[in-house]
Amino acid sequence: MGWVLARTITHALVGLETRRVEVEAHLENGVPGFAIVGLADRACQEAKHRVRSGIASAELDWPMRRITVNLAPAALRKEGSAFDLPIALAILAASGQIPRDSLDDHAAVGELALDGRLRPVGGVLALAEAALGAGLPRMLCAARSSPEAALAGIDPVPVRHLADAVAYLRGELVPEPWVPRNGHLADAPGHDLADLRGQERARRALEVAATGGHNLLLAGPPGTGKTMLARRLPGILPPLSPEEAIEVTRIHSVAGMLAADRPLVTARPLRSPHYSATVAALVGGGPGPRPGEVSLAHRGVLVLDEFAEFQRPALEALRQPLEDGVVAIARVGGRAVFPARFQLVAAMNLCPCGARGDPAADCKCSPQRLSAFRDKLSRALLDRFDLVVAMPRPRAAELAAPPGEASEPVRRRVAAARERLDVARAEWTKEATELLDRAVERLPLSGRGRARARRVAETIAALASEPAVGTEHLSEALAYRSPTELGAP
Amino acid sequence: MSELALAAFAAETGSHVVRTPRDRAFRVFARGFDEDAYLARLRADGVQWVARSAPEFPPLLHAIHDPPPGLFVRGSADVELLRSATVAVVGARSCSPYGAQVARMLGRELGRAGLVIVSGLARGVDGEAHRGALESGGLTVGVLGCGIDRDYPAAHRELAARIRATGLTVSEYAPGVEPAPWRFPARNRIIAGLSAATVVVEARDRSGALITADLALEEGRDVFAVPGEVTSALSAGTNDLLKLGAAPLTGSADVLEVFGLTGAEAETVELGGWAESVLARLRDGPATPDELARATGLDAGALASALTELELAGCAVAGGGVYRAN
Repeated sequence: MGWVLARTITHALVGLETRRVEVEAHLENGVPGFAIVGLADRACQEAKHRVRSGIASAELDWPMRRITVNLAPAALRKEGSAFDLPIALAILAASGQIPRDSLDDHAAVGELALDGRLRPVGGVLALAEAALGAGLPRMLCAARSSPEAALAGIDPVPVRHLADAVAYLRGELVPEPWVPRNGHLADAPGHDLADLRGQERARRALEVAATGGHNLLLAGPPGTGKTMLARRLPGILPPLSPEEAIEVTRIHSVAGMLAADRPLVTARPLRSPHYSATVAALVGGGPGPRPGEVSLAHRGVLVLDEFAEFQRPALEALRQPLEDGVVAIARVGGRAVFPARFQLVAAMNLCPCGARGDPAADCKCSPQRLSAFRDKLSRALLDRFDLVVAMPRPRAAELAAPPGEASEPVRRRVAAARERLDVARAEWTKEATELLDRAVERLPLSGRGRARARRVAETIAALASEPAVGTEHLSEALAYRSPTELGAP
Repeated sequence: MSELALAAFAAETGSHVVRTPRDRAFRVFARGFDEDAYLARLRADGVQWVARSAPEFPPLLHAIHDPPPGLFVRGSADVELLRSATVAVVGARSCSPYGAQVARMLGRELGRAGLVIVSGLARGVDGEAHRGALESGGLTVGVLGCGIDRDYPAAHRELAARIRATGLTVSEYAPGVEPAPWRFPARNRIIAGLSAATVVVEARDRSGALITADLALEEGRDVFAVPGEVTSALSAGTNDLLKLGAAPLTGSADVLEVFGLTGAEAETVELGGWAESVLARLRDGPATPDELARATGLDAGALASALTELELAGCAVAGGGVYRAN
């Protein structure tokens, strides 16, 4: 016998999208050797060693022949360790240790340990969806990944060890399904609004933001509860719909951030990157593009604390996702598109030293520093915040106040108002329209500022379950415009 | 010897010249100075020159012990404006929201009553006083500490243009003179000199605004100081002035009285019931929305709506998340 060939089907991730990859193993007589071709990156090249040890550990035979593995199409860059299992299976099929046609209706994905165990990899949900789309009804994957693969509707084959996979493909064994050890966990109780005392205006603005999906900017001296409040937004948003949960899970899976015992993300994500975050960390990037914080916050909340301390390019990069709800990253190998429909809550001081808005402290910022501080927040970026709330330092009496309203009743009001907003667009009373015209001249309000006030007023009317926007709704909306400290409205 | 040569020589040498110097350098400069050509250049740039000896030179400024050789003037108003009833409103550049509010209010109310507001076009109190005057349709004069062709600070370029649309900017410095720290005290003597009365809104210890007040006192003009909180460093200078005998300013009427004027009636506005009760609380002193909510019993939404109503009616202003009555 001069040579034999076998192949396995798998998929490669390009951003969130997948490309079909055929793993071909070719065995021929000659000096024993092992080569992987097809634009495999470093992690992928190292599969050689993992596959060889894995096969030996499973007490299978390593064919002492000249082995070439090709990952086709050869022009697509392959990254990561998810090809270990398909490569091992292709070699085993080529050397006749498993029936060659057994691989025809199976996709395979997973990283091999040196002792032959199979480790989970990121992006299994997206890979399983792709396998199903390619007409493969079953997928061999790490046992821990199998609940995630099942979300895609594919029939997962939970593989704990390479020997299990071989036994299964020979028809000798049906692997046991993976049962998460802890059963199904309820969502961990999140932060509750009851923890926050005082700051009634900011709480109200948070409720309005949750209802209308508005972006919110909280400004005030340190220690006034800006961050506390921002972190409590997910708790008053309605739960994710099943479709949204799958979307979010897909992204988190690709980023390798799924918890082992919770295959489906059911809670709205909350991301709060540090202000030293780079552009790539925020919006995504890297050679094989990875989702950034804005995508990880998809359908959830992105909290940017110390907003004014972020690098200017990083802030400017937020404008596209805020506008379009997606991030498009162009690479030589193609374009990756990540969804990024998130709600932004930013917190910042009113001046570089942080003393503004604090009656107990004296702001020592020079006019030059102040104007540099304001210049950093470009007009275009401030325009993305429908609601801006200054949070002054509360006096002692405020902190001694009883705990505020808990998250649950707020969440119910938000959900009810959201339904009303979905049903119909609000009418405007004549008085409210007149008031808006007057405010535009008097305040003064820019064109964008006017549009923002309109949107927020409609949300407030929905919260009040009024069919039409009245002057009281509009004037409340106008109270949440950007204060003069941050530049004109 | 023409006064214009003095001003041009000062610009040429970067020095401050009030009297004819007796050195050779000046004699050489004066011999080669072509006054007609210089005036023609000024006119081309829209700048007027009012020499110290000219009849239209403001008499109040002439009366100080070191009046400038003359004034360079830009703007749409007649130079006559400098001889009308003028009041200086000066103070700290980094002022508090309280200082900004008082400066604006004085600018507005004194301007509306027909006084010309003189100030230094600086950030903070100066800028707010100019803006207040412009808001009420009053006239205002910006005194520069640099060449008449410069707008300093650059952030106030637009404000300077608005001032010139109805009023004037003036400087003792010829075009081309760069702003320098030591020129601002000299500029302050012109602000004090032009004005029959001077109001200091907020000033730290050893603030430039106190120099203006001292100069005004030396010339025997009326000096008012706006009382501030005794714990605020920004009011240390003004409170010291009060201790030294400056008149406390408790409202624009105090200044108007000196000029024999009465304030124009502010238009009355009709307010909703909520807004009325919020305003009543604000008249007791500045307050955060939380404090207002506790005092009035309104929920956050209704309170926000009432506060906007007050802001639109000009009855309240917000700064750093704190509201105060206007």
